[in-house]
Amino acid sequence: MQPLSNIESLLYFSPELLLVIFAVAVILVDLGVKNRESATVAYLSLIGVGCVFVAVLLTHGQLGDKDSISLFLGMIRLDAFSIFFKILLLLATAATILFSLRSEELDARLKGEYYALLLAITLGMFLMASSTNLLMIFISLETVSLTSYILAGFLTHNPRSSEAAFKYITYGAVASGTMLFGLSLLFGMTGTGDLGQISTALTELLASGEIYSLTVLIAIIFVLAGVGYKIASVPFHMWSPDVYEGAPIPITAFLSVASKSAGFALFIRFFYSGFGSSEVMQSVDWTLMLAIVSALTMTVGNLAALPQQNVKRLLAYSSIAHGGYLLMGGVLLTSEGIGAILFYLVVYLFMNLGAFYVVVLIANEEGSEMVEGYRGLASRAPLVAGAMAIFLFSLTGIPPFAGFFGKWLLFAAVLEQGYYWLAFVGLLNSVVSLYYYARIVKAMYLESADEETTPASFSTGTFALLSVFVIPTILIGFINIFYTFSNISVSVIPMQ
Amino acid sequence: MTLQHYLVISAILFTLGIFAVLTRRNAISILMGIELILNSCNLNFAAFSRFMTPPEDISGQVIAIFGIVLAAAEAAVFLAIILAIYREFGSIRPNEVDTLKG
Repeated sequence: MQPLSNIESLLYFSPELLLVIFAVAVILVDLGVKNRESATVAYLSLIGVGCVFVAVLLTHGQLGDKDSISLFLGMIRLDAFSIFFKILLLLATAATILFSLRSEELDARLKGEYYALLLAITLGMFLMASSTNLLMIFISLETVSLTSYILAGFLTHNPRSSEAAFKYITYGAVASGTMLFGLSLLFGMTGTGDLGQISTALTELLASGEIYSLTVLIAIIFVLAGVGYKIASVPFHMWSPDVYEGAPIPITAFLSVASKSAGFALFIRFFYSGFGSSEVMQSVDWTLMLAIVSALTMTVGNLAALPQQNVKRLLAYSSIAHGGYLLMGGVLLTSEGIGAILFYLVVYLFMNLGAFYVVVLIANEEGSEMVEGYRGLASRAPLVAGAMAIFLFSLTGIPPFAGFFGKWLLFAAVLEQGYYWLAFVGLLNSVVSLYYYARIVKAMYLESADEETTPASFSTGTFALLSVFVIPTILIGFINIFYTFSNISVSVIPMQ
Repeated sequence: MTLQHYLVISAILFTLGIFAVLTRRNAISILMGIELILNSCNLNFAAFSRFMTPPEDISGQVIAIFGIVLAAAEAAVFLAIILAIYREFGSIRPNEVDTLKG
């Protein structure tokens, strides 16, 4: 199908346009708000997210029975895959706004900028999930990166936050520069920026022997540097523990879920549309490379998490490990593998955001992010402790929680393709991860606080928000709808 | 000048950039290294666009122009963060900015 022209495309671009409008509106309204403690801008951005959600559903209706619509002369594509990620990202953004409302870390004077940047980063991630052109891929990646550097360093007068931003931008800029170099090599070999045309051109050129497979391999490795840094895979994971520890907790939660999801969206589209043809696979076996990266990522993440005392840092390493599990699904060229990734991303969204929400609550209550702060939580706040235990067991992958079903699908997909060693490494890693997750549960249930503390009191709103994460974490595994949705979304990616 | 000349220059620029990032002990020099990396990519795009695509297709040069814009945006954010680092730590040497580790 022919790509639509710029004017025609605007009809299908309403979610992104709405995000821009609300980002600007948040800044303008913030200028008029006199009381710095008021939450007007936060609610305005929540309304914005709600409107965008409706707009995304409407674009799904516009899509009708067509597989995909190519917009802006082939720059981005509207399909079930991008709509799936847009909904996922909006859920993460809404949760982050709610966390920020309740977090006591943030500077009240800078609220307008904060929420406007959150909406802007969501826009960048929307584009990451739908780009089909090298230029658009790079621009969207940079939009997300630049905004997240600023958000990570958002706590002015907090050295840890500034340090996090500094480390983030140093790693990030090098990784995205390396990726751009890889993209330039791809452009040079194929003479086009369109992913579909790159795939056909690479297939022809490799078949006729006009380009060396080594050149393609180098380009793939360079591109993997940029994508790998976004999903925090080994060896590009070094930034993530420091950034996750130093950044404000809502932003840490957002980066660990939304940034990773958008990275996986880009990864899947890029590798399956660009390098997925069997000719490319024959000369450049990048799936074995990915399998090794995936095994290393989960092992490094889990082993490094073992001695951590800071819960934010522990969850950072756990999030690296989960990136490894997710990559396991990407090793396969099957729709089961990608379907499992998408399903696991939904599960991961709920359980990880839930765990971070408890971290926000405890940080507000105790002023501590260390494991000691969780001692005796079960007697002080039984509901919060119970919720945290559910999230942690789900992250480990213990039945009957959603994490188990997500992992089960990933392992099933890997085993089906005969990667037995990879499934074995993944299984060992799940066992290792139980140790550090259970350490927090042990602190909450079996240890008592050093000094006598009063029972913590949380508002009804807190419990309502907490249950939004607990209920899906328990139930998603038993509901088919998400799994079906994930599989439908996969079916539209062109795979040769 | 053939395509190879441009590619060799851009490969040298890229390597110098990576080398600067890895060895320099000053945040501003690291930023300069990053700029070198980005410029080598822009040179690549412009050269490929001139030699590998038909003259009426300027998409490679357009990508290079966007690359310049993004490099400027990145430099702005980087310098702002360096300022914040200097305020908090009184130094812009990366090895003195080390409260987060483990």
